[in-house]
Amino acid sequence: MSISRRIIAVTAFLILVFAVIPILIAVSGRKDFYYTLSSVALLSMASAGVWLTFHIGRINIGQGAYALMGGYVSAILVMSYGVSFWWTLPLAGLFCALASILIGLPILRLRGVYFAMVTLVLTEVARLLALALPVTQGAKGITSIPVEVFGLTLVPDFTMMENPRIAFYYLSVALMTACFALMHRLVNSRIGHICMSLQQNEELASSIGINIAQIRVIAYAISSFLGGLAGAVFVAATQSVYPSSFTVADSINFMLNCFLGGLGYVFGPMLGTLVLYFGWNLLFETGRFQLLIYSALMIALMLVLPNGLLSLGTLRKER
Amino acid sequence: MEQVVANGLYLGAQYALVALGLTLIFGLMNVLNFAHGQMYVLGGFITYAVYGQLGLPFVVAVIASGITLAIIGGFMERFLFRTVIRRSHREESTMLLAAATAFFFDAVILLIFGEKQRGVPKIVKGVFNDFGIILPYDRILVGLLAGAIILGFILFMKYTKPGRAMRALAQDRMAAQLMGVEVNRYTMIGFALGAMLAGFVGGLLATITGINSGIGGPISIKAFMMIMIGGAGVVSGAIAGGFILGMMESVGLTVLRQYGDVTYLVIFAALMVFLSIRPNGLMGKPWG
Repeated sequence: MSISRRIIAVTAFLILVFAVIPILIAVSGRKDFYYTLSSVALLSMASAGVWLTFHIGRINIGQGAYALMGGYVSAILVMSYGVSFWWTLPLAGLFCALASILIGLPILRLRGVYFAMVTLVLTEVARLLALALPVTQGAKGITSIPVEVFGLTLVPDFTMMENPRIAFYYLSVALMTACFALMHRLVNSRIGHICMSLQQNEELASSIGINIAQIRVIAYAISSFLGGLAGAVFVAATQSVYPSSFTVADSINFMLNCFLGGLGYVFGPMLGTLVLYFGWNLLFETGRFQLLIYSALMIALMLVLPNGLLSLGTLRKER
Repeated sequence: MEQVVANGLYLGAQYALVALGLTLIFGLMNVLNFAHGQMYVLGGFITYAVYGQLGLPFVVAVIASGITLAIIGGFMERFLFRTVIRRSHREESTMLLAAATAFFFDAVILLIFGEKQRGVPKIVKGVFNDFGIILPYDRILVGLLAGAIILGFILFMKYTKPGRAMRALAQDRMAAQLMGVEVNRYTMIGFALGAMLAGFVGGLLATITGINSGIGGPISIKAFMMIMIGGAGVVSGAIAGGFILGMMESVGLTVLRQYGDVTYLVIFAALMVFLSIRPNGLMGKPWG
């Protein structure tokens, strides 16, 4: 894609999410879409993290653990220490990144299904820890988290906004845009190519002098940072966090989003999340057949496009 | 203490049977079958329908569960997994397919059998009470049946032609193909066999714990843990993993009871430490 076409695509995307969608929502009066779309934006950020671990050749089913961790870190900092909500976002991300370095150093040595299953177990561990630790207040969770923001003038003040949902929409979409821009940059950078080489053959990469342990941990830490950040914003948007806020099902969904969009495409997780989330909600009309139709469609999609939705474009080129 | 060991052995026999099917499918095609727990639930409901509703003998019901699941498994391999593996660039894509089939089974089970917990009449009455062990007779019978099926499976894999072909496939697919093993046929048989084991154990356990449509997912996670402990794709590893998890659960529930509901937290944490020391489990091949 040439540079001018890329600029046009980016501008079109920005106009779409920051102007067209809010106008459409205002016209149609469907205010609930603000919430759904911010959820999609946040979930796609967490999925982008999972996608990055796919990029180094690891199947990550543990993003739910970091989303939950980020949510709790943010909630506890706001509730117990009175830290401003805006500061808790990067802090939650960094906390998750640090935790993921500690956890990742041993478990990133695992490959294939072993890594997949350990991360799956990690999600369960996070949930059980949240139930057992005193600071997380067990199954009751932490509720009515205030999101009043004073001090920082650059960012919109939620209490002043007519509808906090709109503020959260802009916040999550802005974060998502930044996240995917960075991901795109990262994947097309030197580190991104090294990650690619890890995905293809770790021994070979290591034999030509790449510090594979370091690259793996860096990629995993970035992935967990995104998970924690998304979790923190999500918790602020819903103003509550429970041990069941992010469970194994969420971890699996993050992974499915990546598959559905296409593992070979940076923007795969974004599209995958949008399609899965809206697909599920649209099928709500079908009542008790919702899960049946949803899963049947997913199987059919997998049979037709096993390399993800975005492989449609390359399919045409190959012909 | 004897009680704890007896419970652990009984649980372990069930778990080993679940893990065997999963590890067989994994060893043959490198597919992590997310739908394994749902297959188990389906097996349980078929036994419920045949034994509990129609009133046919229990043995018939369990065999019906096994055969139905074998047929379903065969079809899944032939029409879903084989196509996706052939057309996909990355073999991880089968995980989306497996997860989608798991949802699909969940939906089908929910539509056909409803969300209620179902139980069937006891197969044998009475309780064994000796040597400090209290164990109902039906549990002993089910445990022995599970042990017999495991033994039969090992003998089948060891001494028959299909068994040998499948072991060859699991070791080295390419080499097996060059030696004239019909890869497609035996992969399908293997998948069917794995599904059949899930059906059997579902049928067996329906008589004791009953069956309900929501337990598929948790069962799958437990089965994943067992094959991680033992090593993925290895028959002996699955059996060892099943018994070890059964024991840990049984011991953990007794010893850790005073600290609240932390048994699984401890098991999970121990598992993660264990795997970072021994990444292939007890007996796994390098890099599964």
